[in-house]
Amino acid sequence: MRHVITILVENEFGVLTRVAGLFSARGYNIESLNVAATLDPTVSRMTLVTRGDETVIEQIKKQVNKLIPVIKAEDISQTAHMEREMLLVKVRATDDTRAEVLRMADVFRAKVVDVSEASYTVELTGKANKLEAFLRMLDPLGVIEMTRTGPVGMRRGASGFTVDS
Amino acid sequence: MKLTGAEIFVECLKREGVDTIFGYPGGAVLPIYDAIFQKPLFKHVLVRHEQAALHAANGYARSTGKCGVALVTSGPGATNAVTGLVDSYMDSIPTVCFSGQVATNMIGNDAFQEADTVGLTRSATKHNFLVKSVEELAPTIRKAFHIATTGRPGPVLVDIPKDVSTAVCEFVYPETVEMRSYKPVTKGHHGQIKKVVTAMLNAKRPVLYTGGGVIGSHGAADKLAKLARQLNFPVTNTLMGLGGFPYDDKRFLGMLGMHGTYEANMAVTHSDLLISVGARFDDRVTGRLDAFAPDAKIVHIDIDPSSISKNVFAHLPVVGDVGVVLGQIMKELERRESGPDEAALAVWWHQIEEWRAKDCLHFEQDMDGPIQPQFVIRKLHELTKGDAIITTEVGQHQMWAAQHYGFKKPGRWITSGGLGTMGFGLPASIGAQIGNPDAIVIDVAGDASIQMTIQELATAKQFMLPVIVAILNNSYMGMVRQWQEMFYESRYSHSYSDSLPDFVKLAEAYGGTGYRVTKPAEVEKVIAKALKNRDDFTVIDFVVAKEENVYPMVPAGAALNEMVLA
Repeated sequence: MRHVITILVENEFGVLTRVAGLFSARGYNIESLNVAATLDPTVSRMTLVTRGDETVIEQIKKQVNKLIPVIKAEDISQTAHMEREMLLVKVRATDDTRAEVLRMADVFRAKVVDVSEASYTVELTGKANKLEAFLRMLDPLGVIEMTRTGPVGMRRGASGFTVDS
Repeated sequence: MKLTGAEIFVECLKREGVDTIFGYPGGAVLPIYDAIFQKPLFKHVLVRHEQAALHAANGYARSTGKCGVALVTSGPGATNAVTGLVDSYMDSIPTVCFSGQVATNMIGNDAFQEADTVGLTRSATKHNFLVKSVEELAPTIRKAFHIATTGRPGPVLVDIPKDVSTAVCEFVYPETVEMRSYKPVTKGHHGQIKKVVTAMLNAKRPVLYTGGGVIGSHGAADKLAKLARQLNFPVTNTLMGLGGFPYDDKRFLGMLGMHGTYEANMAVTHSDLLISVGARFDDRVTGRLDAFAPDAKIVHIDIDPSSISKNVFAHLPVVGDVGVVLGQIMKELERRESGPDEAALAVWWHQIEEWRAKDCLHFEQDMDGPIQPQFVIRKLHELTKGDAIITTEVGQHQMWAAQHYGFKKPGRWITSGGLGTMGFGLPASIGAQIGNPDAIVIDVAGDASIQMTIQELATAKQFMLPVIVAILNNSYMGMVRQWQEMFYESRYSHSYSDSLPDFVKLAEAYGGTGYRVTKPAEVEKVIAKALKNRDDFTVIDFVVAKEENVYPMVPAGAALNEMVLA
């Protein structure tokens, strides 16, 4: 099962390595990992995507919580939550494909962020499956390169996941 | 008051109540060593290898209940310390290790004696710190001791660059330490306690299975003894838990697990309630998991939530300090009107006595034959009245010591349980003797293990420590040989201790006393002589039966009740 775990950590040197090192040391798999500071600059928030059965996920949560700079961790995948991921994709633009790239970008509500004589670079935000569908459509047109962030996520509703919550 | 980093180090240690540190100087820690020289506020024990500093700190911590402290230099000093750190981590022993580091402007330049110590020890410690400025030093040291000694204890490393030691700042010792990300739970959940007590009172075949947590938690052993006696429940200890319950109480079943007793392993297998107190269901304890206590409801009391349901599912988890939780359980018991099921317990005890009658640790000592290793351990017990502090190396001798010595209380049994570090015992005995000058401290060793840290005899000599090294010399890496005999058709691949040194001469060369014992009749006499020698260390080379095996044994991957008895 795929799980999305949100982690609040002290925004300090080496904390990312501690979390990543825990996963490699215990043989857990990380599909993606995102980190950035929060409104409180002393706290960083991570969104970690991993796979495992219930026992493994339970153990992962406990092990993550055991790390000294981890303030709290929560598995949001079983709750009403949203996930968003960003994609930057550079597509070949020839006289034949230029219009089609723009049309696809329009259909997917993506944004063109860079143009050159031979390429378009397009930005798209959404759920993973939307990004994948977009990539599938662009593929025949000639994708030069792409990069994805992996998802960030949070629970739906009014309550927040903060140090004091 | 303005102080240098090195002076702050000394002042902070004093305020943490440190009276002894184990260390080895080097370039990056020279400023700290200079401060120690100028203001000797605590004792410094010079070891001969940094690994030994950590093991000695471990032995010191376990025999005194204080936090062990080590000081090593950068690069090789720190890498040598790694084994000792992992050892303390696996056994949850409170230790703080300070390492020197190259100056901050040199970090990352592959400078002389530079190693990424924080990177190397990240998975070797409970937590570690790189101190980047002198202002951070005092708060970091405060946090290091707090983390090492609270919650599930463990080693913490503090890496101090040389320029941080020499820089000056106003010294303020933080009286309190507040960490929003680290708040260990000590008290058990009341609702769970009630359920545990109900389960105890309903149990027909209960077993208390207790581990290192009982040793590490202050006062827990007394509470355990009271509880077990009040309920008349059988108790078995893990290797780490020996001494947590008096061996001479009739409720004691001995150690469980791979080399546990028949009665302990059978009782656990047939129990209907297994109460784990500060133990972690290690693979050496459980054997094959699907056959481990198959009919039992599992109660798991542990301070570390990640231990619970890691290997064996716990029906009734209780997170908390085992001493506190045992106290809560006893309070709750007082509130109940009914007691335990005495009729069922009588049947259960009858069954246990039948298992016990197998006398699974029995051995024969032919007074004209070779010395049996178990005989030596029994004699050590007899002549020390079971009051010695026993440290061990790792292997057959360790298991014989665990099975045959018999421990009455915590802090007397100091062994490398989780990591299984050969070379642990001698430096650990040094730490224990430093912390307990009047105690009898014996390192039960093997001929192979002892050579891994034998240079520490020089430390014992320098500090005039009367430790006794009892080598059970069978000219083999005995446990490796035993496995090769049992599982590799006696192909003794590289397990013969060829070219053994003359341990008697070696002891003498290091300035101590050495004896060789080859006949059973001499065993007692020589031990008595060694016990009288309180001026320096003694090495006794017991030449024992070469191919004696440790029994009972649960082969790796077998179920606990599938023991090989002899």
